[in-house]
Formats: sequence, structure tokens, C-alpha cells
Amino acid sequence: MASDTTMAQPGTLAAPAAAFIAPAGYWKLVRRRLLRDKTTLFVTAMLVAIVFISLAAPWVTSYDPYQGSIMLRLKPIGTPGHWLGTDETGRDIWTRLCYGGRLSLLAGVVPVAVSLVVGSFLGIVAGFVGGRIGTLIMRTMDVFYAFPSILLAVAICGLLGNGLTNSIIALAVVFIPPMVRIAETVTAQTRQLDFVEAARAGGTSTMQIIRHHILSNVLGTILVYATSLISLSIILSAGLSFLGLGVTPPQAEWGLMLNSLRQAIYVQPYVAALPGLLIFVTSMCFNLMSDGLRGAMDVRLNR
Amino acid sequence: MLLFSLRRLMLAIPTLLGVSLVVFGLVHIAPGNPIDMLMPPEASPEAIAQMKIAYGFDKPLYIQYFLWLGHAAVGQFGLSVFNATPVWDQLVVALGNTVQLALLAAFFGFGFGIVLGLLSAAYYGKWPDKLFSAITTAGVSLPHYWCAIVLVMLCAVLHDWLPAQGMGDDSLPFYERLQYMILPVVTLMLIPMGVIGRLVRARVLDIISQDFVGALSAKGLTRWPVLRHIIKNAAPPVLALMGLQFGYLLGGSILIETVFNWPGSGNLLNLAIFRRDIPVLQATILVLATFFVLLNLAVDVIQAAIDPRIRR
Repeated sequence: MASDTTMAQPGTLAAPAAAFIAPAGYWKLVRRRLLRDKTTLFVTAMLVAIVFISLAAPWVTSYDPYQGSIMLRLKPIGTPGHWLGTDETGRDIWTRLCYGGRLSLLAGVVPVAVSLVVGSFLGIVAGFVGGRIGTLIMRTMDVFYAFPSILLAVAICGLLGNGLTNSIIALAVVFIPPMVRIAETVTAQTRQLDFVEAARAGGTSTMQIIRHHILSNVLGTILVYATSLISLSIILSAGLSFLGLGVTPPQAEWGLMLNSLRQAIYVQPYVAALPGLLIFVTSMCFNLMSDGLRGAMDVRLNR
Repeated sequence: MLLFSLRRLMLAIPTLLGVSLVVFGLVHIAPGNPIDMLMPPEASPEAIAQMKIAYGFDKPLYIQYFLWLGHAAVGQFGLSVFNATPVWDQLVVALGNTVQLALLAAFFGFGFGIVLGLLSAAYYGKWPDKLFSAITTAGVSLPHYWCAIVLVMLCAVLHDWLPAQGMGDDSLPFYERLQYMILPVVTLMLIPMGVIGRLVRARVLDIISQDFVGALSAKGLTRWPVLRHIIKNAAPPVLALMGLQFGYLLGGSILIETVFNWPGSGNLLNLAIFRRDIPVLQATILVLATFFVLLNLAVDVIQAAIDPRIRR
């Protein structure tokens, strides 16, 4: 069905790693490939820097993210003391960007983590148990696939009310269906492999089979997919805040800052572009890191 | 073929029912009584009771659902709570405006995407391919609402090239109203262009490497008939992705329509959320999701018509 290509094309990601069993020294090979991949190393370093700066915000800047000065409203980039200018209530933009990284990253990463746990659980159940329960789970997921992702997130956030928690819930709901599909496919494929049969014949309990054989196969595939979703998640969560449906003012968050600075675009055009630039860079770093990870973990490439 | 289409249609019905359940259910999961959103806080208990009966909130939930669904099926979404005009009328106007943008964005986005994808496949490994790959990689992680703001900054604030907001007056001549569409269409087409371009490139490279293409050339076929075979084989997944992308253009337009203040369905949805206008909200989500399901259905049928292997 067409919706295999809904987000970052889960179908294509699920296929290669599915029926493969890690040979000895596989992770060593992955690590060696990653260490040789300069792009991946660079974007990972960038992400570490972004995370570090937002965590260390109080030490990186001396201003308060919530305290502005009416005298210093909407100063341009390069103002002495405020090198990235100030916003509509005179708060230092560099400070707000640093602190904003905390909520933006949190709102982007947590939904993916939640959907990873819930999605792989549901997917493994659907793939391993199959039958009526499996059909029920998969048909329910199909219903959520019937919404364009932004529309579903906006609908949930709009009805539950705004706020960080609801935005996380909304995005988790958006990301669960593709996770379930991948986990289900990999589980169903692995279940039929000989070594699982052998384990079962040898008297291994179902829980142990799932823990040892299924989970180790599902997790690799789904983790790579999850890292590629973080990019989308950051864009969408900032988008929700941008619409006024996510994080609430006066908190510092990139999407929210983009929205409030946009209103002042005729006074200070350049400043308005800054928070978006950060969303873009962060999301691209996650995307490239995920590409590098997928490449390094691809068994078909023999480098 | 007809059988396949019918079976596919039958499969879409439970999905659509599920969608309607989600849309209906979300309102009732939401905190607060729907009646509180309709009435001012100082309303008397009698007035609230009257309102409950008028909107059918006194009935059990499942009856409310079936009543709502029955009315929705014939386009009866009731009156907007905000301005008491029929929801359906508002929705039709808004959808029309969204479709205008989506069609243009799809036309240019898919067109450029196919051309760029083919070009980078033709120049595989050379600089046009690398340039295009870099652009699409960046494009996939682009927050398009930010892109819209940057375009407004460039074309409307720093230079006075194009209007920044709205869709212009009806009284304006056609080409002037067209100017209002340029920025939204350019923003909207970026993602479909990148996504389609990547897929076209990957598909064409995949097919060229297969044996039958070499066999066709060896048989003495000239370039164009060979190309026809390649296109025919590359088409089904590209078409499927186009359908999805068009669905996103229709259903995911809320961010761009908000930036450009374009009076489409996304804008209507945004306003409905902030006005707590539940009938408008439900109707917009339901209609957009239904569009999306039907679009996927159409894509599946078209795909099956091109590629008989899918018809199983």
C-alpha cells in the first residue's frame, strides 16, 4: 500500500536489516566505518555542541532568558552587549536561543523515544502473536496513517490544549504507527528464521525467544529509523509551537521565538530568521547522522 | 481491474469509519465539557440545558456519534459556533483556496523534481548529481515554515517584489492576484520537489542497472523506446509518492497558510482551534483526512492499472 512511504519511508529501512544475523565482529566494523566517515563525525560533533550549549546556557550567557528591558526592544544583530540583538520585549536573543535549545530538543527527542518504546512493543506483539490481536493492532495503525502527520498532530494538540506535554503526546501518536509497522515486519520475518525454530524446538520459552532473538533484530532497525525521525520531530514540534499549540510563552523555544519574531519582521528582518536557522541546522545534523548510521550498519556494503 | 478497485474501496471504508471515530473521539477526550466551550461562563443552567438538547449532547455518546456521522456523510456539519454560518459553506470556500495552492505547488514541485531526478541520474556521480543530492538532503530537513518567513523577508520586507500576505482582492486583475500565490507556491513546492527528485533518481538508477535494459539496447532498440521502458518501470512508486505528497499539500498546509495568511483549510483549522469552534474543527479534520484516504485509494488503483503485478 502507498502509505509505506509516509515518512522517511519505513518500508525501505525495514527490508535490508530484517533477515540478517549479525556476524561476529559486526559492531566493530560499524564502529570502524563510523570513525572513517567524516560527515557523520562532524554532524555528531555539532549536535554534541548544540546539546552542550543549551544545557550549559547559564554559563554561556550572563542574561536572564525571561528578563527584558523595554529600552532595548528589537535591537539589530551586532548591538554591543547583545551580539544577536534583542526580541520584542528586549530579551537577549543569544540567551533565548541557548535556553531554547533545551525545550526544542526535549520536545523533539522525547516523542520519538516514547513512540519507540510503545511502537516496538505493539509491533512485536502484532508480529509475534499475529492472528486477531495482530490484525486489530495493524488496522488501528492504518487509521492513524490516514491522517497527514501535521494534521494529526495539530488536531490532537488543538483539542487537548497547548503545552509541552500535549505536544509530546501528539507527536508520539503520529510516530507510533510507522514504528509499529517496522517492528511488526521485522518480527514476522525473524520469527520464521531457522534459529528461532531451533530455539523453540529446544524448549526456549516465548519470552526468552522475544528477549534474545526478536528484540536484538528489531531494535537495530528501529533505532536507525528513530534517529531519522528525530529530524522530522524537531521540525514538527517547533511547528506546533510556531502555531501556538506547543510550548507556551514566555518560555524560550525556537518555534515559539520564530513566531514572535516574525511579527516584528518589518522592524527587524534579519533577527526573525535566527531561530529557524537553528531548527534547520539541528534537524539536518540529525538527518545526516542517521544517514551515516544507516550506511555504517548496512551489511550489504563491503567497505 | 474493476474487481481490484472495488476490493480496495471496500478496504477504505473501515479506515474512513476509524478516522471518523478518531475525529469524534478526540473532542470527547479533550478536557472540559463541549458545552462549556459553546456557552459563556455566566449562562444560566436552563440555557445550558436547552443548548444541550439543541446540540444533542443529552443523548448517549454512541447515538451522538451516529447522528453526527449521518449528518457528516451528507455534508451537514451544522453551524459554526463562532459566527453561526453553515460549516460546510466555509469549508468549501477554504478548501477551494487550498486546492489552488496545492495544484500549482504539485505541478511545479513534481515537474522540477522529475527533471532534477532524471538529470542527476543521467549525470550520476558528476557535479550536477552531487549538487542536487546536497540540495535535497538539505531540503528534507528544511522547516518549510521558516523558509516561508525567509522568503517574505527577502521578497516583501527587504525588497518590494511580492505581496507578503493574503490572496488579494477579487477586484484585482488576474495577474496581480497571481502575485499573491507566488511565495506560498514556491514554499510549498520545495518539499515535494526534493522528495520526488530523490525517488526518481534512485528508481532510474536501480532500473538502468537491471539486465533487461541492457538486453533492450542489445536488441537494437533506440534510446527513446528504452527510455519508455525505464519510465514505465519507474512510474508506480513515484506515482504513489506523488499521491501522498499531494495529500500532504492539501492536509498539511496549516503552517504555510498561517505564515501567508492564506484563507484556506489550514487557516480555517487554525482559527477554529483558537475560537474553540468544535463543529468547524471536526468538519475540517474529517474532510481533509477523507481526502487523504481517497487520494491513496486513487493512487493504488492507478498503480495497479500501470503495473499488473500489484493487482493481486
